[in-house]
Amino acid sequence: MILVLIETDDSGATVTSLETLTFARNLADLGDRPGVEAVVVGPLEAGLRHNLLAQLGEQAVLTVRHATDDQLDQYSAAAWAASVVTSAEAATADLVLAAGTPRGSEIMAHVAARLGTAMAANVVRVEQAEPLVVSRQVMGGAVFEEMRLDGDVNVMTVAGHAVDPKPADSATSPDVLEFSPSLTEADLVTRVVRVEAEERDDTSALSSARVVVGAGRGAGSADGFDDLIELTELLGGVLGASRVVTSLGWRPHAEQVGQTGSRIAPDVYIACGISGAIQHWAGCQGAKTIVAINTDADAPMVTKADYAIIGDLHEIVPAINAELRRRLG
Amino acid sequence: MTNILVCIKRVPDTSGDVQLSEDGMTIDARHLGHTLSAHEECAIAIAAELAASSDGMATALSLGAGDAQEQLRHAVALGCGAAILLEAEPDSFGPADVAQAIAAVVRDRKESGAGFDLILLGTDAADTGDFQVAVRLAYQLNLPVLTGIVTVGIDGDTVTARGTGPDGTEVYELPMPAVIAIQEGGVEPRYPSIPGRMRAKRTEIETLPPAVSPRGSGRVRLTLPPAHPGTVKVLGEDATAAPALVDVLSELGVVSK
Ligand SMILES: Cc1cc2nc3c(=O)[nH]c(=O)nc-3n(C[C@H](O)[C@H](O)[C@H](O)COP(=O)(O)OP(=O)(O)OC[C@H]3O[C@@H](n4cnc5c(N)ncnc54)[C@H](O)[C@@H]3O)c2cc1C
Repeated sequence: MILVLIETDDSGATVTSLETLTFARNLADLGDRPGVEAVVVGPLEAGLRHNLLAQLGEQAVLTVRHATDDQLDQYSAAAWAASVVTSAEAATADLVLAAGTPRGSEIMAHVAARLGTAMAANVVRVEQAEPLVVSRQVMGGAVFEEMRLDGDVNVMTVAGHAVDPKPADSATSPDVLEFSPSLTEADLVTRVVRVEAEERDDTSALSSARVVVGAGRGAGSADGFDDLIELTELLGGVLGASRVVTSLGWRPHAEQVGQTGSRIAPDVYIACGISGAIQHWAGCQGAKTIVAINTDADAPMVTKADYAIIGDLHEIVPAINAELRRRLG
Repeated sequence: MTNILVCIKRVPDTSGDVQLSEDGMTIDARHLGHTLSAHEECAIAIAAELAASSDGMATALSLGAGDAQEQLRHAVALGCGAAILLEAEPDSFGPADVAQAIAAVVRDRKESGAGFDLILLGTDAADTGDFQVAVRLAYQLNLPVLTGIVTVGIDGDTVTARGTGPDGTEVYELPMPAVIAIQEGGVEPRYPSIPGRMRAKRTEIETLPPAVSPRGSGRVRLTLPPAHPGTVKVLGEDATAAPALVDVLSELGVVSK
């Protein structure tokens, strides 16, 4: 059996969790495994629960194991991992998967340590089912590593956009098993004590935006963002930035796209004055269409883009804004 | 007095073109520079700051080949007071092996009465991106662990750590000793001062063999992704290309009235 940890947002399962389920289903089809089970941890409000179960059914999940306990109301990686391990044992899972998000990676690292087994982070492909060999992203996505997993139970995280989330040929209506994991003091000592909701720290808008306008060193200075912000607003998008921009303090770190920033998957990414270094590319390669605006026709961002305008963003972006304003009336 | 261990790794700087060794098992780093992971630069900044504000001491540790001395000296230049090199061929060490080797040092220091109050690492290394050393180390040592942390404060025996969660900034309060994995974003990496560089030159790096026989990382081989097809459509070379781009955006359905 394969067990997948599901992360949720306002709509149900996160896109990356649905991708991971599709990945797991494909993997189950390769070997002799009976299918996929899911584990969800923490409180679920009724509407969310309804959507979630429908989505998991579309992914042909056989059983949903739901860890509920007052002690799980606040996030603690150790307590969540204890819930996953309990589920893995109950499901006799030989593979435990989560999306390669910060939270998915953290919990899976705990799960692997608890099970005393290897973990492959950022897996993109299965090379061989028996013995299991997977390919994963290393060096910020510049290189793939083929890695053998030969434990009795293996743990992995699936890189964002490794697969498209596709519904199964025939849906299920999964059984839901509620359980209360046995937690120790040590599992709870790392609980979140409070959440300070500050707009500036909200990276979720960036990860889920349909349009992202990215700004790099080409913006020139902290004062060089007005036209880029206007473009973002005209398209109803979200502003992203390269590391140079956040390190120079021109924009907050929460806007950074890349290996050490957010990974985005918009319909369109408009990269303005960004060279497209591999660490930036690691975060934006999930965009469906990439537009580069850059003075250098040979910049990696330009050569990898779908569309480009070669020139100074400070002339081009205002012209785009004017054209958009004209058409939007 | 807070005694802090900060664990760092020498990694190839992959901003340039990456090539592989002939056997496909390692990065051919002859033409690349080496650096520290961005997360670890921030971990050093936090360690140095916490040590200085409590009259304590930050010790940098790296498991790696002899040339990792360069990164350890850099950490000393940035404010660490001592450095330990666990000299080994790092490619033969998987994340569980590294955690075990570091745990042995931590236990050893504790027995000799110079235990660490706080152990900082980077959340994931820029090269392998394993995301596990901090967590496995904490399990080895039976200590609480947090990852993805951007700022750390100490008050008595309690450490307050902040990280970014899905709903905003998550605040944690833990008893020390604890293991904390740092992520870029909360503090500015430091730059070495001239006295710092002088100190780094003089500092003796304690070199030890790791106290484990590594089980490895499961690596079968490395491969490079296929070259990008490069089918870019250039819409123009100046502001006159703006309408063509707006046409494209309209076709893609992202311009709505
Ligand atoms: C461990 C590690 C992690 C990293 N993580 C990240 C990360 O998460 N995200 C990230 O972005 N980077 C990351 N980096 C840094 C990355 O390697 C690059 O240095 C960075 O992305 C470059 O930012 P940039 O493209 O804005 O700047 P530059 O590389 O300086 O490029 C600026 C570009 O703007 C163009 N330009 C200049 N002026 C104009 C103008 N007026 N109009 C139009 N174009 C113009 C130039 O032609 C050039 O292509 C990381 C690096 C390391 C080592």
